[in-house]
Amino acid sequence: MIRFAWLQARNQTAVAFGGLAVVAVVVALTGPHLAHLYDANVATCVSHGDCSTARDAFLRNDKNLGIWLGILVIAIPGVIGLFWGAPLVARELETGTYRLAWTQSITRTRWLGIKLAVVGLASMAVAGLLSLLVTWWAGPIDKVNANRFSPPFFDERGVVVIGYAAFGIALGVTLGLIIRRTVPAMATTLAVFVGVRLGAIFLLRPHLMAPLHRISALDPSTMGLRSTNGGSFSFLPPSPHLPNAWIYSIHIVDTAGRSLTHHVLARACPHLDQVAGRPPQGVPTKAPAGFKNVMHDCVVKVGARFHELVTYQPASHYWAFQWIEMAVFLGAAAVLSGFCFWWVRRRLS
Amino acid sequence: MTAAIETTGLSKRYGRRRALEDCTLGIPEGRVVGLVGPNGAGKTTLLHLAVGLLEPTAGTISVLGGRPAESPSQLGRVGFVAQDAPTYARLSVRDHLRMASWLNPNWDQRLAETRIDQLDLDPRQRAGTLSGGQRAQLALTLAIAKRPQVLLLDEPVASLDPLARREFLQDLMEVVAVQGITVMLSSHLVADLERVCDYLVVLTASHVQLAGEVSDLLASHHRLSGPRREGNLPSSFEVIEETQTDRQSLLLVRTKEPFPFIDPAWSVMPVTMDDLVLAYMRQARDVAASRPSPLEVLR
Repeated sequence: MIRFAWLQARNQTAVAFGGLAVVAVVVALTGPHLAHLYDANVATCVSHGDCSTARDAFLRNDKNLGIWLGILVIAIPGVIGLFWGAPLVARELETGTYRLAWTQSITRTRWLGIKLAVVGLASMAVAGLLSLLVTWWAGPIDKVNANRFSPPFFDERGVVVIGYAAFGIALGVTLGLIIRRTVPAMATTLAVFVGVRLGAIFLLRPHLMAPLHRISALDPSTMGLRSTNGGSFSFLPPSPHLPNAWIYSIHIVDTAGRSLTHHVLARACPHLDQVAGRPPQGVPTKAPAGFKNVMHDCVVKVGARFHELVTYQPASHYWAFQWIEMAVFLGAAAVLSGFCFWWVRRRLS
Repeated sequence: MTAAIETTGLSKRYGRRRALEDCTLGIPEGRVVGLVGPNGAGKTTLLHLAVGLLEPTAGTISVLGGRPAESPSQLGRVGFVAQDAPTYARLSVRDHLRMASWLNPNWDQRLAETRIDQLDLDPRQRAGTLSGGQRAQLALTLAIAKRPQVLLLDEPVASLDPLARREFLQDLMEVVAVQGITVMLSSHLVADLERVCDYLVVLTASHVQLAGEVSDLLASHHRLSGPRREGNLPSSFEVIEETQTDRQSLLLVRTKEPFPFIDPAWSVMPVTMDDLVLAYMRQARDVAASRPSPLEVLR
């Protein structure tokens, strides 16, 4: 049966690996140049002094290629689920060939298991290799960006892509089994896959690990001020220097955990609005003279009771997140596969 | 001797629709069974139950003593050609043989290749480009070369032209003669099966109307014609069909014993299989029509 499953899957797998070879060539041609540029310009920028210019200049290299490779990695698991998963059984049910396949000397459970395994492993291999190539290629870019947790990049690198691919296949096969028609199954697979991926990004991922909290004193020299609707003021802390971390929130709270409200701020620093004036909405204005001192005194005064609380995932959690999210999607794929076995035995007879 | 196919009270329902109802059959080994009935009578359901594509809602079915599709070996003992002879459109004829050789431990590659050769099929041709007759032949080859003991064919000749029909059945009979297997083939036309089968099952409106050896059935049924009937028939006669005209009665009767002496006013003729099947189908239809519908019962 393995040979037959391969006979049915070999063309699509050949196409996929052909595409992968093209990507490999593109990546091999441009990757070393990118790494060289990084070494030459960004890695040594500290000694030259002007790092932000060097970084910006570096990020302009192969910008479009980077975007397209990212889109490819994001799309591949869904595309595989759509074109490999959904038709895998649906087409047999639709064209009636299941009556041929299930009357050979092989139980349909085994038939389904081997088909799932062959196509599932092929898709995981394709997705994994693609992710490997892109992760390697984008290494210097990721070092400069230092935002590995942020949604498009987290999903385009590492091992999660393998989990997405396995899930895409299992989802496609499941919906194909239930819907029994190829094209509707493909459409439904796409919709559900996108929904699940978005749901996982926004609802599941933040809870995969408990975040860390960092408490620090308010820094009078970097604290910003924000006015809501030109009215009440609130502090705007600078983004903390935590490269590659995922920052959930930055709050100014007292020891009891209460946030700094604008009432408290207005009471602590009554002169603030007189000095700051009322800038028109949305237009950044230069801070008036004397503002700096008033602001400094204000932050010190508030800082006696309040401190800055940063809730975040440190960069060191990155690979744990990758593995956990991959495991979640692999687990979902396993559950769907189990459902497929049950369905093919019980519901289709 | 174990029965090739044995069913007791076999029923299959899809929700509230009854596809097959209380079907009890015992088909001995080595027969060529014609399964006849109008479209939608439950022929496909019965065959799918026998090959294990479906599971019964009630009752039991055993094929060669085993539960259909319970194991790879049970699947290997039953060959099946589904309706419209499904094949993988994008795979070549040779790929189909390879598939079957991988999936069937008793596969007879030589038999398969010889048949493909005789049928003049190009092994490299994709199944999707074969004609209906060629596809049916390919499907039959796959089913035969796995060396089954029971071969089930669902409307194998429905899509074939008359010449291909005859050739297909002739070919099938040669194989059956050589291998000595039990065959059950369905059709909604008796004429297709008349020449080949020695056992008949008539299925109408999901019920078995008639089942038995063709020779017995033909011997126990008679066509009578005579003057308008006046109650002078032996009590052992079961009237299956009765047509009255002004001057005479035409009857199709079933007798349990050897044909007895009857009033010489009746002339007796043998029945053909066609007569028999049509009479039983009509009987089933008339019974269904005379049965009150649920709505009328409520009133």
